[in-house]
Amino acid sequence: MFEGFFNVVKERFNGAEEEYKPPMFKCPRCTQTSPLSRYEELHRVCPKCNYHGRLSSQERIAITVDKDSFKELDGGMKSGNPLDFPDYSEKQAELQNKTGLNDAVITGTATIKGSPVVIGIMDSRFMMGSMGSVVGEKITRAFEYATEKGLPVVMFTASGGARMQEGIVSLMQMAKTSGAVKLHSDAGGLYISVMTDPTTGGVTASFASLGDIIIAEPKVLIGFAGRRVIEGTIKQRLPEDFQLAEFMHEKGFVDMIVERRKMRSVLSHLLKLHGFYPKEKEV
Amino acid sequence: MDEKRTAWERLQLVHTKGRPTIKDYIPQIFTDFYEMHGDRLCGDDKAILGGIGRLDGRPVTIIAQVKGRDINENKACNFAMPHPEGYRKALRLARQAEKFHRPIICFIDTPGAFCGVAAEERGQGEAIAKNIAEFMTLRTPIISIVLGEGGSGGALALGVCDELAMLENAEYSVLSPRGFASILWKDASREQEASEIMKITAEDMVRLGVAEAIIEEPLGGAHNDLDKISENIKEYLSQKIPEKCQKDIDVLLKERYTKFRKIGAFTE
Repeated sequence: MFEGFFNVVKERFNGAEEEYKPPMFKCPRCTQTSPLSRYEELHRVCPKCNYHGRLSSQERIAITVDKDSFKELDGGMKSGNPLDFPDYSEKQAELQNKTGLNDAVITGTATIKGSPVVIGIMDSRFMMGSMGSVVGEKITRAFEYATEKGLPVVMFTASGGARMQEGIVSLMQMAKTSGAVKLHSDAGGLYISVMTDPTTGGVTASFASLGDIIIAEPKVLIGFAGRRVIEGTIKQRLPEDFQLAEFMHEKGFVDMIVERRKMRSVLSHLLKLHGFYPKEKEV
Repeated sequence: MDEKRTAWERLQLVHTKGRPTIKDYIPQIFTDFYEMHGDRLCGDDKAILGGIGRLDGRPVTIIAQVKGRDINENKACNFAMPHPEGYRKALRLARQAEKFHRPIICFIDTPGAFCGVAAEERGQGEAIAKNIAEFMTLRTPIISIVLGEGGSGGALALGVCDELAMLENAEYSVLSPRGFASILWKDASREQEASEIMKITAEDMVRLGVAEAIIEEPLGGAHNDLDKISENIKEYLSQKIPEKCQKDIDVLLKERYTKFRKIGAFTE
């Protein structure tokens, strides 16, 4: 797919005086550049520092669950405009067209190496993965469904926090989702939270932090308050590694840091350790 | 009740020097109050006060955010911005209340959870998340009252309850209007405009299903008559606490879950 794009670029430069330069990826963590093709090949992992970049929800599904096993729940749900916030509906329509997503999370059922799961994947391309009514409702329903069916939940989080345009209604989604997680937990359900870049604000302060097991991808941002807000409070620059996955692991808020290429296998092992085996023969 | 004030005018009232704080209210509303300290893990956060007292003779647990009445008090209580240990103290005392079948009364009055290095290192997000989830299933009645500012997740950590009341001029919001303007419009000076657009007043909360009751303030605001506002708060609690205590706890828990469950606007 990418080679095609390459050829187009090459052709465009044919006959031009300057030498052809392949598209590059500049890592937000180490600030070094690598060929974009290499970064893509590694499923968006920086070849220089191992920063795990942002994936679309479709890409995440493709590398995580068994082929053709994903069945979406509540795919048609779209947000209302509870505060009649100016331009909010238009902004959503525009993003829906651009990304093909209806909001910032996709939920559904799937199998991982045969083990059944309810899975949720947040997508930072839709309003920075912020949590409004739709994210809150879909995640709540996913947990309620898992409780009813006795299924484990795997949630990939990626969010800038609350959906500002939904104000207090957005804040209340923290209570709604956390309540559903609690009922799932009280019923004996397993919940694995996988924090991806970035997991911050109201999502960190609700369902993302409530996993029985909390996994993070390398070098992703995890925190409650924004870095600039804290720098504003303390009036000094924060160290580079502040609020990265490794920092949160060191402080005891993340069980393990797992590389993307091993994620599927680790999730499969953890599911089996909790008794969730494939229905028929092991895949 | 005064003639309707705008959200911005109410915000000014909430920040008026002399607006009563939890420390003014406790001796007016409760008897036999004993303050309890510490989260048993790390420290004691003065931004959250917790203890046991009596409401009309009935033992209750009180958990509250503490605003200072002057600069020294404010320094001690960190301007009512709790660290994780404050939320963990709240949870410890809430579980204690559940154990001894005491109803819990939470008083919310915070600009938000503290944003700082130590707060992040000790898991501010986890502490808030844990409170929200645990309060949802605590097997004892919980009433929360927003006294002045209800700022974001830091407020919600004491806001999962069977019924929420707002003082007439109190506000409850996802973020301060200043922060909101700065994030959304990259211009903090548009905070007044933000305050009007954000829907943060007591009436907004009732309309959106976030709050169930509004407690009337004396003419000109709570600071004008401490006896009167305390009486109004006490009257509300004296009615609600027995009402919630009489309810079957499983019914109460189902209703608590549903109260939050139904908030949201979407189509399918």
